[in-house]
Amino acid sequence: MGMLHSLVSWWNALPADLQLTIRSIVFIVILIICLVLAVAYMTYAERRVIGFMQVRMGPNRVGPWGLLQPFADVFKLVFKEVVLPTNANRFLFLVAPVISITTALAAWAVIPFSNGVLLSNANAGLLYLLAVSSFGVYGIILAGWASNSRYAFLGAMRSAAQMVAYEIAMGFALVGVLLAGRSLNLNEIVLGQSGNIGHWYAWPLLPLFFVYFISGVAETNRLPFDVAEGESEIVAGFHVEYSGTAFAAFFLAEYANMILVSALATVMFCGGWLSPFQGWQALAASPLGFLTATSFIWFALKICFFLYCFLWFRATFPRYRYDQIMRLGWKVFIPITIVWLVLESIAVVFRIPPWFA
Amino acid sequence: MHALGRWVRSLLLVELFEGLALTGRLFFAHKFTIRYPEEHTPKSPRYRGLHALRRYANGEERCIACKLCEAVCPALAITIDSEMREDGTRRTTRYDIDLFKCVYCGLCEEACPVDSIVLTAITDFHFEKRGEQIYTKEMLLAFGDNYEAQIAADRAADAPYR
Repeated sequence: MGMLHSLVSWWNALPADLQLTIRSIVFIVILIICLVLAVAYMTYAERRVIGFMQVRMGPNRVGPWGLLQPFADVFKLVFKEVVLPTNANRFLFLVAPVISITTALAAWAVIPFSNGVLLSNANAGLLYLLAVSSFGVYGIILAGWASNSRYAFLGAMRSAAQMVAYEIAMGFALVGVLLAGRSLNLNEIVLGQSGNIGHWYAWPLLPLFFVYFISGVAETNRLPFDVAEGESEIVAGFHVEYSGTAFAAFFLAEYANMILVSALATVMFCGGWLSPFQGWQALAASPLGFLTATSFIWFALKICFFLYCFLWFRATFPRYRYDQIMRLGWKVFIPITIVWLVLESIAVVFRIPPWFA
Repeated sequence: MHALGRWVRSLLLVELFEGLALTGRLFFAHKFTIRYPEEHTPKSPRYRGLHALRRYANGEERCIACKLCEAVCPALAITIDSEMREDGTRRTTRYDIDLFKCVYCGLCEEACPVDSIVLTAITDFHFEKRGEQIYTKEMLLAFGDNYEAQIAADRAADAPYR
């Protein structure tokens, strides 16, 4: 007890800046460990869920129910050689996966995990997110270009065009959230959705919600928009020349981005850490009252649901043809978002109930 | 009007949701996978797997070295040497089957007048070195001894159709 006391007094004696730095670093380390574990089990969940939807088992041999499978995969990848193609641009070839993973992780700085629990309570959080997630395309383009391989380059070109196209629709969808929440701060956007499930922005912004999530799927190059990988056409696309840990870095970045898109969909449209039963007096008084409490668990559950949707889409839909992807992005999503933004602006200006009163 | 209906359907993602409903149902469906080492697919009593040499109930080996199996074998997988035993009966001194040559056609079993050489339902066997694929008389007799119950049951089940 005395030791704890001296530890606390030692901590309080530290300068405020140092305290903040240490606290941030600890937060970052915990966050990254949780993210990497989440990615590892995402790959396992992906194989299991898709297996189940294809009426088979999926990996169930390594450990109980195959739960140790991701570790077996990670160790395999780590022990493999990172092959550098002879005519590749060595520097960019090795920097590209680093850029991918950095942007995928950096965006987590402004995600609120619970009320006020976030790394940086930036007022322009939404702008920061859009900026950082746009950087991710550099990793892919540089990987495709530095590999000095036709397949990799084709994959990079495809993914660049696709990400630019969907970035716009995604940005417009988030502008809708900005209009409704009247803030760029993600914490305040979530607080703006307080109340029960009916207050979530997913309802007044339903088309934008769909556009956002589908754009998010396209943005992370997941099926049915995975022409950047397109294994039946261009082998593996931009990362065809990568092996070992460099490949693992791309893998990690892709899955971290999926989790990020799910987290954003949760924060922007589904009330983040808020409970769907918030403010339901009858339930709050009953033994199930804990369901009405706001907590990180709701946030995690909502993310899990969206991640499941990612896998569900992958198990269900065939890959879009490239021109169809472009058509969907430019000719369908952007008009829909613009029309809805106009309608929403009118509703906001004239304070039309029930959501904008 | 029809075109408008189609446009609305595509805008509301009706067909995509139908697809999602299908995979969503299959997620909970019973899985077809057989978990192999623990579970096996059912086998016919006529299944032609690994060979075995059988014995009579009194322990005497059935094979009389008539060499009909050697003669009928289309892959020339069987090699037999024989000599007279002390009691005056003809017996094999060598009965080798080269499992790389064997095509598991079952003609040796058909040819055998004393039901000695049989193809069992055993499928789990492997070789690790060159030469291990030659199964000798002792090994084949051992398989026959170990699996006699199953071999006899399979023969009995198939008997009405022969």
